[in-house]
Amino acid sequence: MRKNDFDVIIVGAGPAGLAAGYVLAKEGINVAIIERGIFPGSKNVMGGIFYRSSLDDLIPDFYKEAPLERHIVEQKIWLLSDDSMFSVGLKSEKYNAEPYNCFSVFRAKFDKWFAKKVLDASAMIINETVVKELILDKEKVVGVRTDRPNGDLYSDVVISAEGVNSFLPKYLGLRREINTNNVALGVKEVIELPDKVINDRFGVSNSSEGVAIEITGPYFKEMRAMGFVYTNRNSLSIGIGAVIEDLVRLKINPNDLLETLKGHPAIKPLISGSETKEYMAHMIPEGGYYSMPKLYYDGFMVVGDAAMLVNSIHREGANLAIESGKFAAKTYIEARKIGDFSQRTLSAYQKKLEESFVLKDLKTYRNLPKLLEEKKYLISKYPKFLIDAMYEIYNVDRVSKSDKIKLILNKAKKEIGYFNIIKDIFSVWRNFK
Amino acid sequence: MRIEDKLYLIGYNIDEESHLGVSDPNECKRCQGRPCTYICPAGVYSYDDEEDKLSINYDACVECGTCRIVCSYITWRYPRGGFGVQYKFG
Ligand SMILES: Cc1cc2nc3c(=O)[nH]c(=O)nc-3n(C[C@H](O)[C@H](O)[C@H](O)COP(=O)(O)OP(=O)(O)OC[C@H]3O[C@@H](n4cnc5c(N)ncnc54)[C@H](O)[C@@H]3O)c2cc1C
Ligand code: SF4
Ligand code: SF4
Repeated sequence: MRKNDFDVIIVGAGPAGLAAGYVLAKEGINVAIIERGIFPGSKNVMGGIFYRSSLDDLIPDFYKEAPLERHIVEQKIWLLSDDSMFSVGLKSEKYNAEPYNCFSVFRAKFDKWFAKKVLDASAMIINETVVKELILDKEKVVGVRTDRPNGDLYSDVVISAEGVNSFLPKYLGLRREINTNNVALGVKEVIELPDKVINDRFGVSNSSEGVAIEITGPYFKEMRAMGFVYTNRNSLSIGIGAVIEDLVRLKINPNDLLETLKGHPAIKPLISGSETKEYMAHMIPEGGYYSMPKLYYDGFMVVGDAAMLVNSIHREGANLAIESGKFAAKTYIEARKIGDFSQRTLSAYQKKLEESFVLKDLKTYRNLPKLLEEKKYLISKYPKFLIDAMYEIYNVDRVSKSDKIKLILNKAKKEIGYFNIIKDIFSVWRNFK
Repeated sequence: MRIEDKLYLIGYNIDEESHLGVSDPNECKRCQGRPCTYICPAGVYSYDDEEDKLSINYDACVECGTCRIVCSYITWRYPRGGFGVQYKFG
């Protein structure tokens, strides 16, 4: 009989794969994580606001030693039109107290640090190696074929933590190719500025406090696009993610889109005098609940972005990746006790996800991607109306307030139509029910 | 800033063999709009009208996978282990 090289092989050392590897190694399980980059994180990109709680569960007080940039004390949403910006947000002293809610991070540094913790827990990480395909024995996954000479490796279970460009679940027929409506392309720059300048421009009192701004509105046409500006210690992360279908439809180059954002009158002063240090791009699986593949097979589980576990409205991804990695690892540990790695046993992984906030949240928003695909105007028309209305209210031009309100209501009637407003409210309400 | 200038800021370990290609170059000749030429965030694809041929500057690829989803004629692989883009921040 063939001997296993490892109990578990994990493909991909992002947050999903590392979390799974950490849980398994801590239990004394012989686990290998295979990563194609020269080190974990070298190929990874995110906005990136990292939520604490999912990792804190695994590595208590990790934030005291991990390479983090700033903890976020203020979160804002900006609606942009060509010449205006409407802002809402929350700044709270509660966010300024340990253990903090979330942090800005750089993935190349953060993943590398996380990987070191996983190594210390005695998992093996094999860098510079691409997994090309799965090895099957009858119907069960028994290992992986890598691009190394004699690079076949065998295990009880393979966990696919490959991120958005995952091939292995497709190989088993667990899903079809993702389509251009299910996935966004994110482009981002890291731009350098002195920390004092950042503190002043963003209104924080020291270099460990940070601000996160999420950006949408009619400035991005009828595109399902979300921009962001996050403060790091000595730099800003500025970027934009747009559904690929919309970029193709409007023939937009992603770098031009980012340059357009940088040129907006509300953004320009934030970044003036800065120097770009890095440019990067990565896809974001935004299709939500209905775009998820089947998550298990005989000897196989899918976690993180490979499972399409992203909540794009709340920009949660890395934390969901960690959560799913933990559940997959726990499912393996249970399966090992009874020595059965069939689908039937591994389906407990799906159940764990369903019972957690991960799939509860994705279910809440399950109809949103479809709604926005059908009614793209929802993300441009209403924000535009709001911006125009606010302008009228603040603009004193000797028109009486009651006339102004009439003016605004007339505009609503003309530009959108009362009946359409009611219809839209109803369809949004129905979609969240 | 132009894409060309931004690409200078990225670290790469370039392989001598390309990880990108097209399965049927004739499709590119009749392709409507050639989305690969504007969708790629690294400007990897351009169309050479004189030679009537798609040119692929694979060195600049940041491995996002977008082109693969936009056009099924693109044959897409990851670069060999250890090669390709290497971010400092990410
Ligand atoms: C622009 C942008 C902004 C984002 N902002 C946020 C944010 O603010 N907050 C947040 O929580 N999330 C954010 N996300 C989402 C978040 O980045 C992902 O959800 C998260 O990284 C998923 O983790 P993962 O481990 O599943 O995949 P990844 O982090 O993509 O890791 C996959 C790993 O597998 C490796 N790999 C892939 N295939 C193979 C193979 N065949 N062989 C070997 N190795 C392989 C890759 O090199 C990589 O290291 C953002 C994403 C983007 C693109
Ligand atoms: S690669 Fe695809 S999108 Fe690009 S020109 Fe050829 S057929 Fe068209
Ligand atoms: S993977 Fe991304 S960066 Fe590479 S060629 Fe395709 S679109 Fe361009």
